[in-house]
Amino acid sequence: MLQKDAQRLSLLLLLTPFLLWILLLVVLPQLGIVGISLREKVGPRQFTFGLANYLAFVQEPIYWNTLLRTAVMSILVTFLALLVGFPVAYYIAKIAPYRSQTALFLLCLVPLWVSDLVRAFGWIVLLRETGLISGALQAIGIIKGPIELLYNDATVVVGLVYTVVLFMIVPLVSTLNGMDNSLLEAGHNLGGSRITVFRRIVVPYAMPGIVAGCIIVFMMTAGSYLTPILLGGKNSMWFTEQIYDQFITRYNWESGATFGVLLLAFTSFVVWLGLRLTGQKLATTVAKD
Amino acid sequence: MTKPGLKYFLASALGATFLIGTASAQAETLRLLTWGSYAPEKVIELFEKKYPDIKVQVTFSNNEEMIAKLRATGGAGYDVAQPSHDRISAVQKEYGIYKPMDLSKINTGVMAPNLLDAVKANTTIDGGVYAVPHHWGTSGIMVDKTKAPNAKGWADLCDPQYKGRTSMRLRRTILLGTAFSLGKDPFAAYANLGEYQKILDEVTAKLIACKSNIKAYWNSGDDLSALMLSGEVVVSETWDSTAYKLAGQNSNILYVPPSTGALTWIDTFALPKKGEADAAAYKWINFVLQPEIVTLMSAKSGSMAAVKGAIDLLPDDKKAAAKAAFTDKDLANLKFFANIPPGIEDMEGKALERIKAASN
Amino acid sequence: MYDLQCENLTKRFGAFTAVDGVSLEIPGGSFFSILGPSGCGKTTLMRMIAGFEDPSSGDIKIKGRSVLGSPPNKRNVKMVFQHLALFPMMNVGENIAYGLRCRGASKADITRKVGAVLERIGLPDVAQKQIHQLSGGQKQRIAIARCMVLEPDVLLLDEPLGALDLKLRERMKIELKLLQHQFDTTFLYITHDQSEALVMSDHVAVMNAGKFEQIGTPQELYHNPRTAFVAGFVGDSNRWHGKVNRISNGEAEIVTSGGDTIVANCGASALSPGDSAEIFVRPDCIAFGGVRRETQNTLTGTVDSLLFNGANSRALVRIDSRELIEVAINGVDRSSPIKPGDPAHLNWAFADTQCFPAKER
Repeated sequence: MLQKDAQRLSLLLLLTPFLLWILLLVVLPQLGIVGISLREKVGPRQFTFGLANYLAFVQEPIYWNTLLRTAVMSILVTFLALLVGFPVAYYIAKIAPYRSQTALFLLCLVPLWVSDLVRAFGWIVLLRETGLISGALQAIGIIKGPIELLYNDATVVVGLVYTVVLFMIVPLVSTLNGMDNSLLEAGHNLGGSRITVFRRIVVPYAMPGIVAGCIIVFMMTAGSYLTPILLGGKNSMWFTEQIYDQFITRYNWESGATFGVLLLAFTSFVVWLGLRLTGQKLATTVAKD
Repeated sequence: MTKPGLKYFLASALGATFLIGTASAQAETLRLLTWGSYAPEKVIELFEKKYPDIKVQVTFSNNEEMIAKLRATGGAGYDVAQPSHDRISAVQKEYGIYKPMDLSKINTGVMAPNLLDAVKANTTIDGGVYAVPHHWGTSGIMVDKTKAPNAKGWADLCDPQYKGRTSMRLRRTILLGTAFSLGKDPFAAYANLGEYQKILDEVTAKLIACKSNIKAYWNSGDDLSALMLSGEVVVSETWDSTAYKLAGQNSNILYVPPSTGALTWIDTFALPKKGEADAAAYKWINFVLQPEIVTLMSAKSGSMAAVKGAIDLLPDDKKAAAKAAFTDKDLANLKFFANIPPGIEDMEGKALERIKAASN
Repeated sequence: MYDLQCENLTKRFGAFTAVDGVSLEIPGGSFFSILGPSGCGKTTLMRMIAGFEDPSSGDIKIKGRSVLGSPPNKRNVKMVFQHLALFPMMNVGENIAYGLRCRGASKADITRKVGAVLERIGLPDVAQKQIHQLSGGQKQRIAIARCMVLEPDVLLLDEPLGALDLKLRERMKIELKLLQHQFDTTFLYITHDQSEALVMSDHVAVMNAGKFEQIGTPQELYHNPRTAFVAGFVGDSNRWHGKVNRISNGEAEIVTSGGDTIVANCGASALSPGDSAEIFVRPDCIAFGGVRRETQNTLTGTVDSLLFNGANSRALVRIDSRELIEVAINGVDRSSPIKPGDPAHLNWAFADTQCFPAKER
């Protein structure tokens, strides 16, 4: 009995820093944000409690259109990141010689060695009208005049996929690494074609990694700021930009907080929906077996 | 617990590093919250040499973020802030983040009297003066004279002959500039929000229609420089200082004060309410208003200090560009940003959102 | 008609030859084992038969038809993997139905066949269970059922008992043999454990360094090993080194390094006087007793210690030339107990003494 108490105490002590971190840096600020979002401004330094900020969001199509747009594009980015990341992860985990796995993995990390800002400027140098790609295409005669590859939604999507694909690859590699090759061979041996084995064995096996990767990538994308702003065009709205504008240029913390809460709620909802549709549970993704 | 007591308690709680930190911080620290070009390393070096017991810490920011930062802390964390003159009064009434200044501690004698008076008029609340001028400059348009020789006003950004070759910053300046180009006086309408909304609606419609003419909205001076130097854009909204800088790299690039008047801002010195080093702050203000320091700083910022004879204190290349840009008539036609009354930011923000969201 | 034939099968990985000119023929419905130490090439051989590796030369025929051009999923050869490779994301029923679904069988067909095969392996109620809910033995049977439901021409088993604990392994040996009878399908079983091979198989091929040393029934391998390797690898043996003194009528008189003279049946071994030779004698061929007959080797010594293991008990005897010899004793019989320290007279027939040319050292 005494020993059990001691164990419980040591567990509690071990968890304390983590719990404090979660409480002080995650939970409390979130509660603060929720609190501010429920504040209605009635005059200078005068507030009452109410839902007016949420009402304002619902009544302004620009806001919820931007939120929907952000969500749709984030889903697209997630999907593309999965499409790009899966073969890479599969190659690293299953095909590449064991010794080069680490090197390949590090290679995937290279984009993270520079800041978001520098990466975005890299894309700008490449893609602008007078940039490298436009120039190269003209030099080899594929196009006559310069073309503008920057300032549109496709560029934003490409830039975002590039930024987040690593976060898709990491969980995929770690799940696929755990897959015994004999499962694949058994799948073939029992009569499955390559496609069947991929569909019925590899994908279901990797599902926890796929789901984890998709959740991370979706949340990161929906919450990204610099890439959509710097690469986006005249019409490219991103919801985080709205939040920034509310907080910073309009001094409207109440509305900004409301948007923050809505972004969190909405992305959580999309993740929940995704889990429901694919029949996965968050628990199985986070704690495998 | 007394204040040093608390300090020692924290020091022992947080460990030796913190202790060392407090020990070496015996020298006073001056924390500046300012724009990118108002604290060149050279100037800081000279200042610290003159006042060896003061260490300068700089945080770079812009108008909006300065206010957001100070608002978040209730005016703590910095000893000097440098917002523009039109962003002080309403913010101070709303959030109370600054403290009144003691003008007797500042060499107001060296300041250009018209600018000093303008700032005083703008920032006096209940008899207290909350800011003094530092640098000033204008917003107008920048042109490549070989490709757009006739551009001379805000309306040229929307001229179809420059289709796909113009740029602007989607912030309040372009709203005001466009309003003037439509023959309105938005500053006069500040007093009547209904009137101002009408002007804003017209401006919004104009800028939405103009969207297809624009190549991209720029976000920072670096964006703008790249667009202009690469030749992708030939007419753009700009700060005069950015244009002067680019003129040094490409002599075809000119700053053009719009025919309706260049929009003029004055960046100021203000003291955050919970600043802890007022004496050092006053020392810094007086220090940077000295002629040789003004020249150093103008070389970096490209804008003029709010001191008498500032144009002659500009470095030579910028002096030429500035003198070429402004005629006496232009100087007489400067439109100083008027104090922003409460509510305006929200209205302008909505207008900007509508423009950005419009798919045209 | 053979279910499986390999003709001169060779597999090289770079300079290394894993399988070196192996030929075998397995008649329908038999239990055939390939026995060899790890690294002898038996797994490579099996992977070639399954289609996971392409042979460098030679041919593989199933039911008389070459399968060299067919990918693994088109060969009617199914495989039970070393760690079984049951699909963890499917339940038992889905695991068994997987192959049928790949074939495009109808739903009703699948349900019927899955039910039938589960019935046959004696686990009728586990279809809805998850893999991790099964015991080791049950998993084993499900892995076999998953293959057998497809009615393969040959079932390959790659040391499937290796992961089980000893008790269960003993039981599964018998069970596998029974299942093979029940399904009446050719099993090709790979193992490094000679007891598994001997107990279950109709025929055993002993493999070493990429080659077959000997193919035969377990009895043949045990009693008439044709090479020193087989004699040493299959079953337990006492082993001596010596020099051939004299040869007559297929019997060789050999002087061991300890100085004892032993007469051995050298059969077809190409030995001549003066050669070094290795001598093998099974512990269960040696008896205690004083009577010497013409056709027997005799040694004397002292019982050193006893290794009790029921019917498989052994005595360690230190003979006069200081070497230790294992002798089978009847541990169950309590009438004439042998004790450490007892004097021992050992004898065994010339015919039970195998000798082979010793490798040059």
